[in-house]
Amino acid sequence: MATSVVLAGAEPDFYHTVTKRKGILSWILTTDHKRIGILYLGTILVFFHAAVVLGFLMRLEMLKPEGALVEPQTYNTFFTLHGIIMIFLFVIPIVPAVFGNFFLPLMIGAKDVFFPRLNLFSWWLFIAGGILALTSVFLPGGAADTGWTFYVPYSIRTTTNVIPALLAAFILGFSSILTGLNFITTIHRMRAPGMTWFKMPLFVWASYATSWIQVLATPIIGITLLLVIIERLFGVGIFDPTLGGDPVLFQHMFWMYSHPAVYIIILPAMGVVSEIIPVFARRTIFGYNFIAYSSLAIAFFGSLVWAHHMFTVGMSDTGMFVFSLLTFLVSIPSAIKIFNWVATLYKGSIDLDVPLLFVLSFIVQFSIGGFTGLMLGALSVNIHVTDTYFVVGHFHYVMFGGTGFGFFAALHYWYPKMFGRMYNKGAAKIAWLLSTIGFNILYIPFLILGYAGMPRRYYHYLPQFQTLHVVATVGSWILVLGLGIMFVNLFLALRNGAKTSANPWGGETLEWTTPSPPPLENFDEIPVVTKGPYDYSKYEKAAQEVA
Amino acid sequence: MFEGTSPFSDSVDATFLSIVGISALVLLGILAFMIYFLVRYSRKRNPHPENIEGNVALEVAWTAIPLVLFMGMFYVGWKGYLDETTIPDNAVPIKVTAQMWAWSFEYPNGVRADTLYVPVHTPMKILLHSVDVNHSFFIPSFRIKRDVFPNRETVMWFKTTEVAEYDIACAEYCGLRHSYMYNKVVSMDSVRFEGWYKKASIDQSKPYRALGDLSQ
Ligand SMILES: [Cu+2]
Ligand SMILES: [Cu+2]
Repeated sequence: MATSVVLAGAEPDFYHTVTKRKGILSWILTTDHKRIGILYLGTILVFFHAAVVLGFLMRLEMLKPEGALVEPQTYNTFFTLHGIIMIFLFVIPIVPAVFGNFFLPLMIGAKDVFFPRLNLFSWWLFIAGGILALTSVFLPGGAADTGWTFYVPYSIRTTTNVIPALLAAFILGFSSILTGLNFITTIHRMRAPGMTWFKMPLFVWASYATSWIQVLATPIIGITLLLVIIERLFGVGIFDPTLGGDPVLFQHMFWMYSHPAVYIIILPAMGVVSEIIPVFARRTIFGYNFIAYSSLAIAFFGSLVWAHHMFTVGMSDTGMFVFSLLTFLVSIPSAIKIFNWVATLYKGSIDLDVPLLFVLSFIVQFSIGGFTGLMLGALSVNIHVTDTYFVVGHFHYVMFGGTGFGFFAALHYWYPKMFGRMYNKGAAKIAWLLSTIGFNILYIPFLILGYAGMPRRYYHYLPQFQTLHVVATVGSWILVLGLGIMFVNLFLALRNGAKTSANPWGGETLEWTTPSPPPLENFDEIPVVTKGPYDYSKYEKAAQEVA
Repeated sequence: MFEGTSPFSDSVDATFLSIVGISALVLLGILAFMIYFLVRYSRKRNPHPENIEGNVALEVAWTAIPLVLFMGMFYVGWKGYLDETTIPDNAVPIKVTAQMWAWSFEYPNGVRADTLYVPVHTPMKILLHSVDVNHSFFIPSFRIKRDVFPNRETVMWFKTTEVAEYDIACAEYCGLRHSYMYNKVVSMDSVRFEGWYKKASIDQSKPYRALGDLSQ
């Protein structure tokens, strides 16, 4: 993009806007939602790749029952860091902070978010949290070894750097709250004239529901983590039984946030899927209202099921009954979305291009994540498989197979708009194929291992589990190869990709009416919206005959 | 993988496999429709799309059918769970102590052991507590586990259906040697068990009374 020619008279794109500040300062002090989106993308990708390397090393470690690579303590810090980075620095922020920031204002016909400076502040908090998480690894005492769930009393007892890690998660939570607040306000106040609630693109609906969860649920984890810090520093008994506290209370408070966080993670990716399918099927979405309302239903019911992570703590029968029942109910809106997406392919005019390929992987893998969720929701089965590799397999199907692939889809879909260039589609398809195959070879064995009784967070395992562990590790190599090709391809295209037009896919939402990349304030004139977001009637036969 | 060794193994496996079966069918259905649509309505074959905005009857159907299926799954899971928590009155109480990183067992007369020896076909009531952090008492073959806490007692039960040995694992992460916290349940016929129990009682100078009497 460094070489793009600015046409005489036309406004320069946002990379070439003449700003007060020069160089790096024009980025890290920017209030332009698009630059902030790019900042997030760059920084999150660094964290993502670091956590992928950790995951890759963990899989190497599992090649042999007695461990193949590192010491037990090192392995314990690996899965802790892998979890903390992937959850708090990748899957939670990736879609809202990158694509929400970049595209939400564009999709509703706004010039920026409602609080641009708060937006920049969110990114700074994010960086502060990220740097703190990374420095905790190198401080004396060593990286935290509690698992990303920080269960008390172990997290009170261990001598590793738990406090910096908790503080990091606390700060990252604030970043998430402020982003949510900003999006809610933006969606309420800055929609272009004519864009009623039910003319909003479904990505905006998904972002709206997500933002509410971010604002309402994140403070709970903030307080909980802060209480653990207070307990560690001052010996106040809240969760630690030796001080008169209750460890189960910690689990309740932890999951009261961390279950809704699953929906912070998955809803925006579902929004991406709802955007991509109509564009490549060249027809309107099937069941717009049902998809929009199901996002709200997920946000609401999702806040009532947290204790399904704790079915083995010895809860009352009433508790078990209610939390299991609600867990089954909350899966219905997700099922509705899947059926509507598939139905959107019916009588479309489908172009099986790169973004749609990633969406298809999303649908299948997220479905498997959902089905394994049903197995976990059934109480008698849950008692057996909770805290085993089955759970690990299940949530990787949702978080990685779902949100991870949703992110890849979003990146390949919006790449030309963000960077004004197109990547090599052949290489992108190879990357899609390898990452999809590798992902499934990696995580299907997890489900089987878990049911066979392999507990999670095990440095060492019984010899009968070795074959499946080796298969999973081979899967991780294929997956990493796919990811490598994907990101090298995208990186090279920044410089060498062919220039693209404003609307290379033929999308109907407002971001495609701006140049690629868009200018500083997106629209010369704020558009007036008169039709729904997925109006492809011009391609219909009747329309063609009239013309 | 599927050997029925406790009263719960068969029903948990049956519940699990029936949900797997239903899921596999639905997933195949989703895949079949998806692939058919992708081929049948490719841009080449179908250059002109049709903008179908939705269909309320279909929405009702694919809300109601999963609802019924899910409620069935919920019910079966709940029933199975009730069996796991309904402890027979005659169950023999065993106190289990968890610590980083080992299990130990105490019998009604105060006899202690590092391995859980049990008489076959006899219901055992397992009373769990920890002296340090959280653990989780997991017997994969029996399809049961229960968390272990330092500040409260948790309970589970089982009985064995054959003379054999089974693994006990710790399922709640508890630090450095969490993955080495393995132990065994050894199920013996009642004559051999009483022999062991009597000898252990004498060795540890505890009053011996046959466990069989306790569980009457
Ligand atoms: Cu959950
Ligand atoms: Cu343990």
